[in-house]
Amino acid sequence: MTDVLIKVGFVALAALNGAVIFTIMDVKGASWMQRRPGPLHVGLRGFIFPLAEILKFVQKEDIIPTDVDRPVFKWAPAYVVISAVALFAVVPLSPTLVVADLELGVFFALAISSLSTIGVLTAGWSSANKFSLMGGLRAAGQLIAYELPLILAVVGVVIQAETMSLVGIVEKQIEWGVPFAFSGQIVAFLIFMVAATAEMMRVPFDMPIGESELTMGFMTEYSGIRFLIFYISEYMSMFVLCAIASTLFLGGYHLPFLPVEWVNIYGPISLITKTVILGFILVAVRWSFPRFREDQLQSLAWKFLIPASLLNILVTAILKVVL
Amino acid sequence: MNTIDPQNFQTISEASVSVEIETEDMTLNIGPQHPSTHGVLRLVAKVDGEKVYNVEPVLGYMHRGYEKLAEVRTYPQITTLVNRIDWVAGFSNEIPFIAGAERLMEIEVPERAKQIRLILTEMARICSHFVFNGAYALEVGALTPIFYAMEDRERVLDLIESVTGGRFHPNFNRIGGVKPAAGSGPTTKKNIQDLPAGFYRDTKIAMDKVIEAADKFQNLIGGNEVFHKRTKNIGVLSKETAEAYGVSGPILRASGVKSDLRTQTDYLPYDKFDFEIPIGQNGDCYDRWDVRTREMIESAKIVLQAIEDMPSGPLQAKVPKVIKVPAGRTYVRAENPKGEMGYYIVSEGGLGPYRLKVRTASFSNVSILPVMLEGALLPDLIAIMGSLDFVLGDVDR
Repeated sequence: MTDVLIKVGFVALAALNGAVIFTIMDVKGASWMQRRPGPLHVGLRGFIFPLAEILKFVQKEDIIPTDVDRPVFKWAPAYVVISAVALFAVVPLSPTLVVADLELGVFFALAISSLSTIGVLTAGWSSANKFSLMGGLRAAGQLIAYELPLILAVVGVVIQAETMSLVGIVEKQIEWGVPFAFSGQIVAFLIFMVAATAEMMRVPFDMPIGESELTMGFMTEYSGIRFLIFYISEYMSMFVLCAIASTLFLGGYHLPFLPVEWVNIYGPISLITKTVILGFILVAVRWSFPRFREDQLQSLAWKFLIPASLLNILVTAILKVVL
Repeated sequence: MNTIDPQNFQTISEASVSVEIETEDMTLNIGPQHPSTHGVLRLVAKVDGEKVYNVEPVLGYMHRGYEKLAEVRTYPQITTLVNRIDWVAGFSNEIPFIAGAERLMEIEVPERAKQIRLILTEMARICSHFVFNGAYALEVGALTPIFYAMEDRERVLDLIESVTGGRFHPNFNRIGGVKPAAGSGPTTKKNIQDLPAGFYRDTKIAMDKVIEAADKFQNLIGGNEVFHKRTKNIGVLSKETAEAYGVSGPILRASGVKSDLRTQTDYLPYDKFDFEIPIGQNGDCYDRWDVRTREMIESAKIVLQAIEDMPSGPLQAKVPKVIKVPAGRTYVRAENPKGEMGYYIVSEGGLGPYRLKVRTASFSNVSILPVMLEGALLPDLIAIMGSLDFVLGDVDR
C-alpha cells in the first residue's frame, strides 16, 4: 500500500515540477527573446513566480456561466490533466527508477495522451459559447490528425528496438551505442516532435486556443482553478512528451562513458537535461513563429507527415529484415 | 394528437435519408469585445464551420459625436478634438483641419512652421506603421514582433513628446503656424526657440533606428515561411474594387494604384524632398504589410532630409487675437497613415465652424470588409481585417 502511495506521490510531484520547470523556461525564454523584463521580482530573480501564478488562480473566483452543461463543464479539465499526469508513470528515470515499466509502455503512453481530446472537446462543447465550440472542434480535428503521425513515427522506433517497453527501448539504444535519432530514426524524430507540438497545441499549431481569432478557444469560459488546470496541464504534457521523445530517440537516461552502476544517480539528471533541451526548442519556436491556418495544419498532417512516417516505417522494416 | 401512421412514417424516414442533412449556419458575433477588432468594431459573421459566408460590420460603438461637437467649439479648440480621431497618429489629424482654416483665412504659413509640421507628420506615420507591424504579427499569431515594434516606436514618441509635450495628443498646431516647442526653454517674446535642444541629433539617431527596425521587420516577419502562407494571396483586392469603394492610403497602393496625396496636393511642402511611393502588385495581405513597412523607411528618409535643411524664420504668421474664419467652405485632404483624411469646413464667419464634416480613411476602408471577407476562412478573416489597419476612433469619430 505504501508502495503505491509513494508511486502516486512521485508521479504527482514529478508532473507538477515538470510543469513548473517548463513554465519558468517559457516565461524566461519569452523575456529573453522579446527583450522584456519578464518576472523578476517574485523570489530569486523571479524563479518562484509559478507559485505566485498558481496562488493567483486558486484565489480567483471559479465562474461557471449559467448556460453551460454543468457536470460536463466541471469535469472537462480533469480529462486533460489526468492524461498528462498518467504519462509520467511510464517515463523511466533509470532501469529501476520507473513507476511502471509496462511491456506496452509506448502503447500506453500514446493511448493515454489521446485521452485529452475528450477533455478539450467536452470543454468546447459544454461551454455554451460559439468561440469555445469552434476551438473545441478545431482541437478535436487537430488531435486526431496528429495522433496518427505521432503513433506512426513511434512504430519505426518499435520496429528497430523490437520492444514496446520504454526501458527496453533505451536498453536497445545502449546496445546500439548511438541513440535512435542518429541511427536511422531521424525522420521519425522530426515527425514526432512536430506532431507532439501539435498535440500540445503550441505555436505554430495553437489554433484551438488562437487568441486573436477565438479569444481563448475552448478555455474561453473557464476561470479560476479550472483554467489553472488547463494551463498547467499544457506544460505538463509539454514536459512529458519531451521526456518521452528523449527516451525514444535520444537515449533517455543513458549517458555514454559513465559507469552503468551509477545510472540511478546520473539517469534522472540526464533525462531531465535532454527534456529541457527539447523543451527549449519548443519555446524558441513558440516565440518566433506565427500560427498556421486550420486547413494548412490538416494538409500538413495528412499530405506530408503521415506519408513520410509510413515511408519511414517501410524503410525501417526493410532494413530490419535485410540487416 | 400525435399519432404516427406507419405507412406515412415509412415515407418520411426514406425521404429524410435521401435528403442531405441540412445544417444551420451559425451567426458569430465577432466583437465588439474581441481581441483583434482593434477596439469596438463588431462583425456579424454568418459562418459554416470555419467558412465565412457573409459579414456585416456594425459601427458606432465608439461614436463620440466630434462633428457635432465641433459646431460649438472655436477653431483653436477643435484641434484638441481632432487629435483623438486616429489616436495612433494623433498629429496627422490636425494638419488638414488647420490647413483648411488657414486656407479660408488666406494666411500664408511660414516655411519653418510648415517644415516642423511635416517632420512631425512623418513621425506620426512611422508610429502608426510600427503599431501596425506589431499588431498584425500578433493577429496572425506571432507574439514577439509587437514588443520590438513598441520599443522602437517609443523612441519616435519621445521625440514627438520633446517637441509638442504630448505623446499621442500633441495639440501642437496653431492657426498660422505651430506652438513654440515644449522643451525649448523660456519663450519670451524676443527669444523663441522652436525645437528643443538636441532635436537634430536625437532625430538622426532615431530615424536610423527606424530604418534598422523596418529592415528587421522585413527579415523577422517578412522572412517567415508561415507568415507568407498566412498572407500571400489572401484577401486579394483588385484595383477596380478598391477604387470603387473609395479605399485609400497604403491599401490602395498595395493594389497597385500609385496614389499618394503627399505628391498630389500641396498641404505640406513634400515636393522639396526626394522619396519613393511604395506600391504593391497583388493587393493581398502580404502586399499591404509590405507597403507599410517600406513606407516607414521612406518616411524616415523624408525626416532625415527635412532636418538637414530647416528653413529659418518665424513659427507663426500674423493672425488676429480672436480667430474668426470668414464665411466660405473648403475641403482639404491629406495623406494620413491610414489613408485619405479630409475636412469639409463650412464657415459662416463665426468663432467656430457652422458644420465640420470629417472624412476619415478607416471608415471607407472598413466598408470594403463584406466584399473581401466573402468566402474567407475564419483565420483569414482576422488576417484580412488586420491588414486593413483601421482604428476605431477613425471609423466612428
